[in-house]
Amino acid sequence: MKLQHTVKAVAVLAATLALTAAHADPVQDDQLLINGEEELATQAPAPDHLEGALGDTVYSGWLFRDTDTRAMQKDDFDNPMFLFVDAGLETWSTPEGTADKSCADCHNDIEESMKGVRAQMPKVNDKGELWALENYVNDCRTNRMGAEAWGWNSQEMKNMTAAIGLQSRGMPVAVKIDGEAAPFWEKGKEMYYTRFGQLEMSCANCHEDNFGKNIRSDHLSQGQINGFPLYRLKDQGAVSMHQRFVGCVRDTRGVPFEAGSQEFRELELYVASRGNGLAVETPAVRH
Amino acid sequence: MLISRRGVLAISAGFAGLAMLPISVQAQDAAAAPTQTADEMIAEFTGGAEVAEGDGVKLTAPEIAENGNTVPISVEAPGASEILLIATENPTPGVAKFIFGPLAASQAAATRIRLAKTQDVVAVAKLADGSFVRTAANVKVTIGGCGG
Amino acid sequence: MAENVKPRVRVPKTASKDEVITIKTLISHPMESGQRKDKDGKVIPRSIINRFTAEFNGQLVLDTTLEPAISTNPYLEFDAKVPETGEFKFTWYDDDGSVYEDAHKVEVS
Repeated sequence: MKLQHTVKAVAVLAATLALTAAHADPVQDDQLLINGEEELATQAPAPDHLEGALGDTVYSGWLFRDTDTRAMQKDDFDNPMFLFVDAGLETWSTPEGTADKSCADCHNDIEESMKGVRAQMPKVNDKGELWALENYVNDCRTNRMGAEAWGWNSQEMKNMTAAIGLQSRGMPVAVKIDGEAAPFWEKGKEMYYTRFGQLEMSCANCHEDNFGKNIRSDHLSQGQINGFPLYRLKDQGAVSMHQRFVGCVRDTRGVPFEAGSQEFRELELYVASRGNGLAVETPAVRH
Repeated sequence: MLISRRGVLAISAGFAGLAMLPISVQAQDAAAAPTQTADEMIAEFTGGAEVAEGDGVKLTAPEIAENGNTVPISVEAPGASEILLIATENPTPGVAKFIFGPLAASQAAATRIRLAKTQDVVAVAKLADGSFVRTAANVKVTIGGCGG
Repeated sequence: MAENVKPRVRVPKTASKDEVITIKTLISHPMESGQRKDKDGKVIPRSIINRFTAEFNGQLVLDTTLEPAISTNPYLEFDAKVPETGEFKFTWYDDDGSVYEDAHKVEVS
């Protein structure tokens, strides 16, 4: 009975995707001009490693959103993420923990020290582990500040990753996929193409095979992660990359890996690499 | 575009029947205390005076909201002293009431609102001469495919 | 009770007399509608910003009643004019009795 139900769901899903094939590709007549002055590249030549899987161009998810949602990201006041960026910047210079140190005590001016950091995340640390930005933040907190680690999806963490990410806004995503990173990248790639859940869907089923089409009323993007953490209108709040991964896997009626897990960090590396060349948009606005 | 948005919605309706994904706006099943209806709120605002349909008030809202939780909306009624904004099919229809003071450069305001489902958003303005005028805009609220 | 409530306001620092200036305001607040339920099925009590006012040198620009239909992190945009140099005062009123204020000076040239 259950199986039958699933088969039916998959069939209807397939029909939905097929029937909406004609709907709207990425918008072509809009520029992501921030505050009327800084233009962010919302498309880039597809990285070689994709071997044409996304055609010759990769597109920011911004191009798949409605006019009103796109407008919200064009102005740092209209973009509600800046509430959280402000909070992150305040925390940056607030001493905490047994060492009574703030981020600024070691890293000084965030605009200088954190420039470009987000564009290279996740990356292999000096112990040979794959670390996301959140790992580096918590490493500082626990080992240098003597403070408690933040939860991966805690508001404090998202405030901080938004504030740090903003310092790379406009720089091209440039995660390293060779050398020590290669085995992690390979695992992330394998996961990207693995079907999960009762609906037996992989990341690629939506974001590679069907971007530009509609899944019910959602306009599928390429699933690029160059704007995280971002403001999601549905959640009316800040959403991290891994939070979105959890949501996607749950939508396949699968049991998601945990935010911050080895699996999701590897997936993050691979998905980030699919957007190598796109501008960092942190903090973006999506629906 | 070969298929209209409406067509997509119609196809999606069948899909929705499978209840594949949670519906984000849970307003429907909330055990809400009885609240004023849209008509009652408007009557209280106007004191029962007649309300004309008219050009005196303008409402700008998206035809289709990308997400019902955050719908950008703006309202304008030149010369008005007050504007009442109502979402007729929300569990509590009230949205906002704007009272403009002497230093308002225009009788206009923009905000972001929650709409539980497809419905009419209504603006009623009290004009300078004390008369009332109203307008409505239909906003379609779709249930996305990505619930997680 | 809402935590970490912080206003953000955009007002120009200078203006000419009676020039139309657009003001944007945002405040971090969950705007809990009173319609949602928690995991145990209990209704989460309403907790919203229910009123916002903007004044300039004590004169009213805008007085707004806000209902639960206003989205989380309420955003308001409106136009004001300033007859002389002075100060805008913005006030948000919370259901829990808290009042949040922000002030911005504008120089009229």
